[in-house]
Amino acid sequence: MEPLIVSSSPHVYSEDTTARIMRDVVLALLPAAAVAVYFFGGRAALIMAISVLSAVVTEAVVQKLMKKPVTINDWSAAVTGLMLAFNLPPTVPLWLPAVGSAIAIALVKQAFGGLGHNFMNPALAARAILLAAWPVYMTTWADPIRGAMSAAAADAVSSATPLAILKGMEGTEAQLPPLWAIILGNTRGCLGETSDVALLLGAVYLLWRRVINWRIPFSFIGTVGLLTWILGPQGLFTGNAIYHIFSGGLILGAFYMATDYSSSPVTPKGQIIMGIGCGIITSIIRLYGGYPEGVTYSILLMNVATPLIDRFTMPRIYGEVRADV
Amino acid sequence: MGLKVFGFKGGVHPFHRKESTQDKAVERMQAPKLVYIPLQQHIGAPCEPLVKPGDHVKLGQKIGQPKGFVGAPVHASVSGVVKEIKQVPHPAMGQGLAVVIENDGKDEPDESIVPKDIESLSAEELKDLILEAGIVGMGGAAFPTHVKLSPPKDKKIDVVILNGAECEPYLTADHRLMVENPRDVVDGLKAIMKVLGVERGYIAIEDNKPEAVRAIADAVKSVPGVEVVQLKTKYPQGAEKQLIYAVTGRQVPSGGLPMDVGVVVNNVGTAAAIARAINTGMPLIERIVTVTGGGVAQPKNLLVRIGTPFKDVVEACGGLLGQPAKVISGGPMMGIAQYTLDVPVIKGTSGILVLTKQEVEMPEPGPCIRCGKCVEACPMRLIPLFISAYALKGDYERSEKLHAMDCIECGCCSYICPARRPLVQSIRTAKRVITERRRRAASAK
Repeated sequence: MEPLIVSSSPHVYSEDTTARIMRDVVLALLPAAAVAVYFFGGRAALIMAISVLSAVVTEAVVQKLMKKPVTINDWSAAVTGLMLAFNLPPTVPLWLPAVGSAIAIALVKQAFGGLGHNFMNPALAARAILLAAWPVYMTTWADPIRGAMSAAAADAVSSATPLAILKGMEGTEAQLPPLWAIILGNTRGCLGETSDVALLLGAVYLLWRRVINWRIPFSFIGTVGLLTWILGPQGLFTGNAIYHIFSGGLILGAFYMATDYSSSPVTPKGQIIMGIGCGIITSIIRLYGGYPEGVTYSILLMNVATPLIDRFTMPRIYGEVRADV
Repeated sequence: MGLKVFGFKGGVHPFHRKESTQDKAVERMQAPKLVYIPLQQHIGAPCEPLVKPGDHVKLGQKIGQPKGFVGAPVHASVSGVVKEIKQVPHPAMGQGLAVVIENDGKDEPDESIVPKDIESLSAEELKDLILEAGIVGMGGAAFPTHVKLSPPKDKKIDVVILNGAECEPYLTADHRLMVENPRDVVDGLKAIMKVLGVERGYIAIEDNKPEAVRAIADAVKSVPGVEVVQLKTKYPQGAEKQLIYAVTGRQVPSGGLPMDVGVVVNNVGTAAAIARAINTGMPLIERIVTVTGGGVAQPKNLLVRIGTPFKDVVEACGGLLGQPAKVISGGPMMGIAQYTLDVPVIKGTSGILVLTKQEVEMPEPGPCIRCGKCVEACPMRLIPLFISAYALKGDYERSEKLHAMDCIECGCCSYICPARRPLVQSIRTAKRVITERRRRAASAK
């Protein structure tokens, strides 16, 4: 008889693996990717492909250089690449996603220790860097190539996103697109953020697969809805909360970005604080800040607060005897 | 049946894998030619042997006497001749001193074996009987039962719970016992309640065992103060603290014992062993063992004499099927992997799992991705990823601050971890080190 394997219990494991979770995230992003190609054409597909390829290649090269095992088959680099592409306008030059993904993987992820050790969402941190370095490329929007919106917006001089119009930014006398166009994704915006229907479809899948839980996305979106409704332009309780929820990057950010494991709290209470914090910062930037959109910065700021949140939200353990009780 | 179903926070849902044995009635295995009866089959001090090589022993004769209060005697599970007393492989301790008896096949009972009656025995007499019968916790931990039934005077016990959760995958020994011998379980509970002077008893069973629930509910109908409680099917529903919470809503304080909240928990198998010891006079010399896994030809529930080597038990189940990869004493979540099939069945052996390569995953740990699944799963509401991270760095003080000592080692965290981190494994190490440091600090004072 061959020697028996002796190891410490447990002897069985769940089917969940890191690779399976990451693959699930990619799967969940596919509907939104398909809609992006539908509305923004083959260029959208090209941007996504370049971004993913750059992320995976960068991960492999960096790990080789650092003499670490190459872990590109855990799908996490692919997720980062796709997430970054989702955060780019469809008009960017094709070298931009390549540079962006390289920054996300090399600087934000691997420089801090790789998977599980990045203290910010790599795709969002890279996006913030791109926005600072190439602001024009990063804010040049394009109309969808088909559908009502393009016709309606044909006479609009500017190329503003719905949120910019909502905010009444300069040169944005254009009319707000109808809510249904926003929800479907037939509107200006970053590649992956526009179609709420497709993103929500993927989100349901992730919730069902227990890749994510409700705490961060629901508290995030709920807070934005509440604040944008209360702090309306014509006084208290006059805001267009529904429009705020479905425009911009909120759905993408709340379900896919703020839930990034390594840069969000692990405690249940901490996750709710993360969501509420993101919601408050997003609302403040959208309503009073210099930018039309605040999802990216809100998440990045809360990412940085994550270790602190974890420390102060340790759950009360079963049978805990506290000095103050 | 309209019963409310109770549970606890956290936990995991491993596959059950009980199908291959749950409907198989318990078969009595023929006693083997040689039994190896370890002198330590319980938590506490080992027994002093009462026999020497060459002695003739009878069935049920006491052959080992415990040295301290925390201990339980061991008895001959066959009649025959003591061949030797030597170190043999032990399913929980690696090695241990055991009395080897050559079975004469006569099963000639010892003179001390006389049936008794619960009603005519006082609480004190019952407790002595339980001690003398060598009864220990049969769910796996093997804590001497008479010790559990001797709470200090200042601890008022008002509830007795029988644990019939059997939340470990694969195992069906308790299930079959409840289905086939519900009377023994209930009689044992009555005896325990009498010893403790308690009026309220519960028999808690997971709701994936409706047959057992029905059988036990039937048996308790005419017993005042005793109820069946259905529990959510979830691992570790049978863990003592989680069980107490599910049934009574009480939380055992950190570092405390069930008796601190007025509860005593015993396994249904332990209760049945008590009933049999009273009703037949025969001490604990056999137990039901679930023999299963992909590496066993005919999975079965077997009534096995204590001291029977695993390999004989597997042989009685049609032998091995192919090459076994892992042999586990107990269930797959908390059971102990064995290095040989020569280990004997002891009082705490609830199952023998023979797993094939396909059933055994050798975890290859990756980096923690901070998914928080271990936090959601921990039934003690700990943060396993942090405790483990500190433990792996050797920073046991920090592990301790994060309540490492409250870990019940159920293994939910490691089970659920997608990165296959050695979570419970490293926390276990931390607990050993912390316990050792506390012991040394206490003795230095």
